Amino acid sequence: MEAKQKIETLEEQSYQGLVLVLKDDRHNAKQKARASKISHGVWLFFTYLFLTAAAIIMVFPFYWMLTTSLKSGAEIKRMIPTFWPEVFRWDNYSSAVSRLNFGVLIRNTLVVGVFSTIGTLLTTIFAAFAFARLEFKGKNFIFSLLLATMMIPGEMMVISNYISVSLLGMTGGKNLIGAYLAMILPFMISVFYIYLLRQNFKQIPNELYLAAKVDGKSDWQFLWKVMVPLAMPTLTTILILKLMGSWNAYVWPQLIATGNRDFYLITVGLRDTFNTAGNIDDYGAQMAATVIVTVPLLLVFIFCRKYIMRGVSRAGIKG
Amino acid sequence: MESKNNWKAWLYLAPVLILMSVFTFYPILNTFVISFLKDYNYINGASKGFTFDNYIQILTPAMNKYGNSGTMFEAVTLIGLPNTMLLTFVTVPLSIIFALAIAIGLNSIKVFKKAFQTFFFMPYVTNAIAIGMVFAVIFDTQYGIFNFIFGTQGHPWIYPNPQTNQPVNYWSAFFAICFYIIWHSLPYKILIFLGGLQNIDAQYYDAAKIDGAGRLKTSLRVTVPLLSPQILYIMITSFIGAFKEYNSVIGLFGSTGGQFDQTTGPRSMKTIVFFIYEQIAANKVQYASAAAVVLFIIILIFTGIQFQVSKKRVYY
Repeated sequence: MEAKQKIETLEEQSYQGLVLVLKDDRHNAKQKARASKISHGVWLFFTYLFLTAAAIIMVFPFYWMLTTSLKSGAEIKRMIPTFWPEVFRWDNYSSAVSRLNFGVLIRNTLVVGVFSTIGTLLTTIFAAFAFARLEFKGKNFIFSLLLATMMIPGEMMVISNYISVSLLGMTGGKNLIGAYLAMILPFMISVFYIYLLRQNFKQIPNELYLAAKVDGKSDWQFLWKVMVPLAMPTLTTILILKLMGSWNAYVWPQLIATGNRDFYLITVGLRDTFNTAGNIDDYGAQMAATVIVTVPLLLVFIFCRKYIMRGVSRAGIKG
Repeated sequence: MESKNNWKAWLYLAPVLILMSVFTFYPILNTFVISFLKDYNYINGASKGFTFDNYIQILTPAMNKYGNSGTMFEAVTLIGLPNTMLLTFVTVPLSIIFALAIAIGLNSIKVFKKAFQTFFFMPYVTNAIAIGMVFAVIFDTQYGIFNFIFGTQGHPWIYPNPQTNQPVNYWSAFFAICFYIIWHSLPYKILIFLGGLQNIDAQYYDAAKIDGAGRLKTSLRVTVPLLSPQILYIMITSFIGAFKEYNSVIGLFGSTGGQFDQTTGPRSMKTIVFFIYEQIAANKVQYASAAAVVLFIIILIFTGIQFQVSKKRVYY
């Protein structure tokens, strides 16, 4: 019986060329292939089902934020929630903008964001160049010392830094320039970005450096004419992530600006303006404000996705 | 030439070293010192000498006399530490498991892969405070969409029910914040895992197939071990991050940190870091420092344990 089947299969497939027939659990190769195709299909179906469910949960808060931001208080209070605003209440946005004191928040956030980003880029370029290209005593020790600080919770530094800046009269909402300095100076360094850029600089071949030396270029010229242009993608990543960091900063700016609303950064302003618990009539304006804070980030994500992903995933690579 | 380079290198490093000395190295040492100062007043620098009082006050009920609204011991040991630990040990493992499942799923499909990737990465680029406020609306007691979908109208998650005055059960609030933290922490983990998965050589899967391993078995016995360097990295960074949970509490519960039924658990969702910032704002920096040192030691211990375990279980 079994032998007959075997011959049949051989005959069936012989015209397709020489075929090795493996028999397993009384199924021939064709049946086996069909079974695996079906199981693959079933598996794929459940994979898509799972991913779709997960994606809906991930995206839903954004959708709910948008629809709620356009609803009236009465519509939000319906017993059966509406999934699309019946009347678009754009005035939620104008009320959010005026209550947030939006112009001041944007001005402060831009000043702090731009200066701390420029500062970070400069210190990072210099330090990464020294670590990647120059030789000096204690190089490895200092580099490991910097990396070690990444393990220490930032709260350890925040306490003393707060004491320092308040002794210098930068807190309490009296001195705008002082508050700016207090929000910028401690954030002009990032060990992680130094590490990232150093890795990038190290990939630039030594021959380029030697060639530049032969041409009589100084280290300084080599850094700005060769290394910085070659490392532009990494520098762009740092620029974007750093600006996003300033936009999202809450803890430190909140400590510094307490006492004067005119010194708030955008996230501090958002939380402070809408801090009343469970005020339903206010939800429309509140969600409009969160949309205003979230949309610029999503736009940056859409247009600079490549750079953001690169910087983030780089962190996971061992090295 | 080498010696000429020497001083130049220090010049390039100078900005970083100066700024870090002022804002990183000195503060770390100073915080240690302050945590041992008795009745420290930072405005005039006066203190009554060295003491263990700050640690004793936050960690033992021995000196239970501070303040009107609860003691330091209560704030740190009965509220801050349990909240921090519970949040860490629930959200980190769950988010790693979800992220792994999603990453493995994403890695096995071709159609719509890019679109899915975009959806899953969206929460990463959002503001923790803003989205926390959105979750507070979703979990609203009377009109929240969460209560509507699950038919639990009137159940308080974040704020007490304004009609019945039913207080918030601690575990309801805990569920809401865990949901939010996991949602917010998934994208980064998915991205790292996906990067690791794409680097796994196809021959391992072929070998598993020849050996007759099913899909689930292949995932557990081949994929996860080969992904162990990424899992270790994610474990360490997420544990450190979770021990410092703060923005999510502020985003969801506002700057009060929530107000829950005391018979069901801690009466707020304040974490250790929440306590630290509260004390800084109240000019009680010595307690903030002691709590920060405690947090630092906890993080050090857990990171050490994970490195020890990883020696046996991580395959490079």
